Amino acid sequence: MALQDKYKQLTDAATAAGVTGLQVREQDNVLNIDGEAPTGAVKDQLWDIYNTIDPDFRTGDLILNINVSAMAPGAKAKVTTEKTNLNIRKGPGTDQPVIGKAAHLSTVTLISKTNDQWWLVRTDKGEEGYAYAQYLTVE
Amino acid sequence: MRKNFFRFALICVATVVSLSMPSCKGGVKDADIEKAITEKVTAMPDAAGVTSTVKDGVVTLAGEFKDDASRTAFEAAVKSIAGVKSVMNNSTVAAPAPAPVTITADDPLMKGVTDATKDFPGVKAEVKDGVITLTGDLKRSSLPKLMQALNSLKPKKIENKLTLK
Repeated sequence: MALQDKYKQLTDAATAAGVTGLQVREQDNVLNIDGEAPTGAVKDQLWDIYNTIDPDFRTGDLILNINVSAMAPGAKAKVTTEKTNLNIRKGPGTDQPVIGKAAHLSTVTLISKTNDQWWLVRTDKGEEGYAYAQYLTVE
Repeated sequence: MRKNFFRFALICVATVVSLSMPSCKGGVKDADIEKAITEKVTAMPDAAGVTSTVKDGVVTLAGEFKDDASRTAFEAAVKSIAGVKSVMNNSTVAAPAPAPVTITADDPLMKGVTDATKDFPGVKAEVKDGVITLTGDLKRSSLPKLMQALNSLKPKKIENKLTLK
């Protein structure tokens, strides 16, 4: 119960921001918060709160797994790498060959989701392949 | 004259008697019903979180049962108590216990960790029994991005021992 209290501000904010399917479960002294945020901005806001409650995520007592429902097939996503181009790969995994690049801040079309990490996408140049979901932001 | 006096006296006595026992409708007192309910609660551990009030033979139940079966059974038990006219069942059923958290097995987890840390060359990561341990160096501004990627892999725990710059 103590962990739920520690992260109450986070779960309250998730509820207020319209996170759906919110699950808060404690297992082996780790709090697991799962849910689907309507937008990437809401996800970022929740991560900011996490970083405030537990600076630099040092304690290791929370797994925050928030997906973004706007990440859906057909949606346009911006390539939000730090500054480099995003690798487009033949399959879902960094062990897969690179078959193209999506430019930093260019737009790709989401085709289908493999898992929480990988999406099949089409670049603005028409190349199709797998991209790492962490660097795709639907606006 | 004498006959009329007796009739008047009889009516008086009947009125006094009926007024003196207003809580005795149906012959069973609310207090007796409450006592019987308390006995039922003692006999049914599932009903421990339930409260009841009784007024004129009408029982109102409130509180929470662990499942629908115990709620229905308790309501039936209360209805069977002598003197109970009706039951207002305002009690609720507890939400089912949540499914346990699924932790990703070490092999797929390690593959996911490799993908997530690929763009952060200073970061070293180990996976053991679902726990990701991070060591090495990272820019503080890159930490949320890395942590978001690692959290989405559904590990058991993340030990962040990174030196942040």
